[in-house]
Amino acid sequence: MRFFSLFLLLLPICICLGLVWKSLPILQEHSLSVLLFTADWKPMSKTFGFAAFIVSSLWVTLLALLFAAPVCILSAIHLTQYAPRRVVKVMQPVVDILAGIPSVVYGVWGLLNIVPWVSHTLAPALGYETSGYNILSASIVLAVMIIPFILNILIEIFRNIPLELQESSLALGANRWYTIKYVLMRKAFPGIISALGLGLSRAFGETMAVMMVAGNVSRMPTGAFQAGYPLPALIANNYGEMMSIPLYDSALMLAALILFIIVLAFNLISRLLILHYEKISK
Amino acid sequence: MKRYLSKHYTLKRKIQVLEELFFRSAMLTASILITLALCSIIWSIMQKGLPCLSWEMISQAPKGGFYFGKEGGILNAIAGSVYLAFGSTLLAFVIGLPVALYLNTYLQRAPRLVTIIRFILDLLWGIPSIVYGAFGFALMVFFRLPSSLAAGIIIVALLILPIMIRAIDEGLKSSPAGLKEAAYSLGSTNAELSFKILTRQCMPAIITAILLSFGRAIGDAASVLFTTGFTDNIPYSLGQPAATLPLSIFFQLSSPIPQVKERAYAAAAVLTIIILITSILSRLLSKKHNKNIVKF
Amino acid sequence: MESKIIIEDLDLYINGDQILKNINLHIPKNKITVILGPSGCGKTSLMKCMNRLTDIYPEMRIRGKILIDNENILDTHQDVTLLRKKMGLLSQRPYPLPMSIFNNVAFGMKINGKKKKAYLQHRVEHYLKQANLWDEVKHRLKDPGTSLSIGQQQRMCLARGLAVDPDIILADEPSSALDPISSLEIEKKFVELKENYTIVLVTHILRQAMRLADYVVFMYLGEVIEQGPAKEFFASPKTEITKAYLSGSIN
Repeated sequence: MRFFSLFLLLLPICICLGLVWKSLPILQEHSLSVLLFTADWKPMSKTFGFAAFIVSSLWVTLLALLFAAPVCILSAIHLTQYAPRRVVKVMQPVVDILAGIPSVVYGVWGLLNIVPWVSHTLAPALGYETSGYNILSASIVLAVMIIPFILNILIEIFRNIPLELQESSLALGANRWYTIKYVLMRKAFPGIISALGLGLSRAFGETMAVMMVAGNVSRMPTGAFQAGYPLPALIANNYGEMMSIPLYDSALMLAALILFIIVLAFNLISRLLILHYEKISK
Repeated sequence: MKRYLSKHYTLKRKIQVLEELFFRSAMLTASILITLALCSIIWSIMQKGLPCLSWEMISQAPKGGFYFGKEGGILNAIAGSVYLAFGSTLLAFVIGLPVALYLNTYLQRAPRLVTIIRFILDLLWGIPSIVYGAFGFALMVFFRLPSSLAAGIIIVALLILPIMIRAIDEGLKSSPAGLKEAAYSLGSTNAELSFKILTRQCMPAIITAILLSFGRAIGDAASVLFTTGFTDNIPYSLGQPAATLPLSIFFQLSSPIPQVKERAYAAAAVLTIIILITSILSRLLSKKHNKNIVKF
Repeated sequence: MESKIIIEDLDLYINGDQILKNINLHIPKNKITVILGPSGCGKTSLMKCMNRLTDIYPEMRIRGKILIDNENILDTHQDVTLLRKKMGLLSQRPYPLPMSIFNNVAFGMKINGKKKKAYLQHRVEHYLKQANLWDEVKHRLKDPGTSLSIGQQQRMCLARGLAVDPDIILADEPSSALDPISSLEIEKKFVELKENYTIVLVTHILRQAMRLADYVVFMYLGEVIEQGPAKEFFASPKTEITKAYLSGSIN
């Protein structure tokens, strides 16, 4: 048993090392700043600029978070403070099932519903023309994907706020809403931030659903109605060709490494924040 | 003075009441939106996929070339996914259960170490599946191994291991200290406490963990993309590549040939049905096992 | 009077706070020793030291000696599981194991390697009879332990503890979760059992102590204030604190 636990502790280090090792070839040929900040992607002519993909990923992720955050926070307050037991009993399986639906199925749903809606209804209404395979569609699908994840964490956080705190506020004459707005939210604020941070890192690493609706054009996107090409999609789409073009496999491994580091960083910060927050509330 | 104050008070109260009303309807809308999203997803998948589900579809492998062939079904993907998910869940369970028990028994005296291990497990949980896939691929290239079912099982097992351990761990954490004390007082060792008592006590959590991991294992595409390959055939040994439902959907959806597209929708429907069954099963089984559990 | 347990200079720290201070006491063999005192005086912690349950809590630290049959059990070279089998614990509220009634009682014997069905069935019946539970459960031994009422669960835990064939029974406020009738039954049991076992009973109920004790140890705020044969203790208490407690001034 001790052996297994040790193995677990070493696993993230192994993954990191493996990716670094495979990325070395391209890092030796190009400088890191050129790789990260230029947007030219022509593997055949040995130009590897990741900027377009990183920016696409950021666009999709931040938009998804923008859509998901208010829905999650509102719903979490609703379910923990206002909703009657029957409603909570119904919502629990709904959220669990949503959380369990695989990425590809979300992708199919996005293709069937979101893409046509964006291209035929939303974009024309706002004066744009788009095929529907763009950053906005990807972020809508991604938003729905991360909602159950963030919602579960938020419900946990709100449930853990001691009842006495709310009771004393109500006893002082504040009504329900006032208590929520000024007592609950303030107390839960660090928890909410970390929940959103975790949602962000989850969204950043999502591959299939995003890949199916984002458009996958390796050009720097300039608007939400443009096609994007997030990092995970880059890796997944080109794995077939990566062995045939020199340095391509190393480039994709570097993409995986960048992804790993960003996701790990957000995860680490969010979880440390949660630990710190738990320590204070004890 | 008095009258001015009372008017002012009523206005402020009115705004507060309106504000509360606004937010309460916003909250209700949010919850309804979420439910509607689920209904929309299940509805569209079933609407497109159920008509394509026929006996041939689920009992035959594709014939005559995958992307172009018009005959056959998705049995290759169903079989491959089931083998993969079973194999990886089993592997993750065999490794994960002892680790979770170890955290809660032997390591009771080192709470700092336990916190560190739990923290690392949470970090591992957050690693995207494509990173696991890329890592697995790097390993396979290094050891010159071809894509196979076995490689997929190992990588997916790594992917779901943190889920398995943390879910069981959550259940074990909530077992009452008095029960452990009673067991120790009877002279049981940590191993006996773990395997004879705690596993029984936390059976609902263990079942939930297994089903949760299974659902994740069968639905994940990014990790098997690099490692398991794809084929029209049903694998009969661990060393062969295997088709999986998620990849089957992904590859076939972009085909111009309608019959191939139909297979994709059918696969999506099958996958969704499996996930729904897993969810319902985990709720039912945990309720059933509550009879032997000591409630505190 | 032969001493089964001798405690010498025992100190217990929980998270740095000293809970037990310089405990020195003797527990006589085959008698009921009652450890008496108000809530929070450290009685339960003292009991936990005796079968080394303190090992599993990293925040607890012990110093001193506990001699059982003249062997220091706090010596880290001792096999803890063997030691614990010498003692049966009855806790404040019953904790049935997640198994059938039969398996609950048989658990101790099974982990000692006794697997023969006939033997187990015979012994389980014997111990359930000792705990006065046999008649009530003999037709439903396969039912889960949790299906019993609390009073029955406590008696089952008693049977379970007796089944490991201990020399000493540690009882931590065993009737606190029980109704008066079950409570009296447990007390009757202890009086019967003391012929063959050394019983250490922790309680804060003065009347219960008066009913059951052969020997009394009075504790207050982590220290032993007085100890002695029950008759002497209740008839002529020596210190002011003891007098105050016995007269009801201290809770």
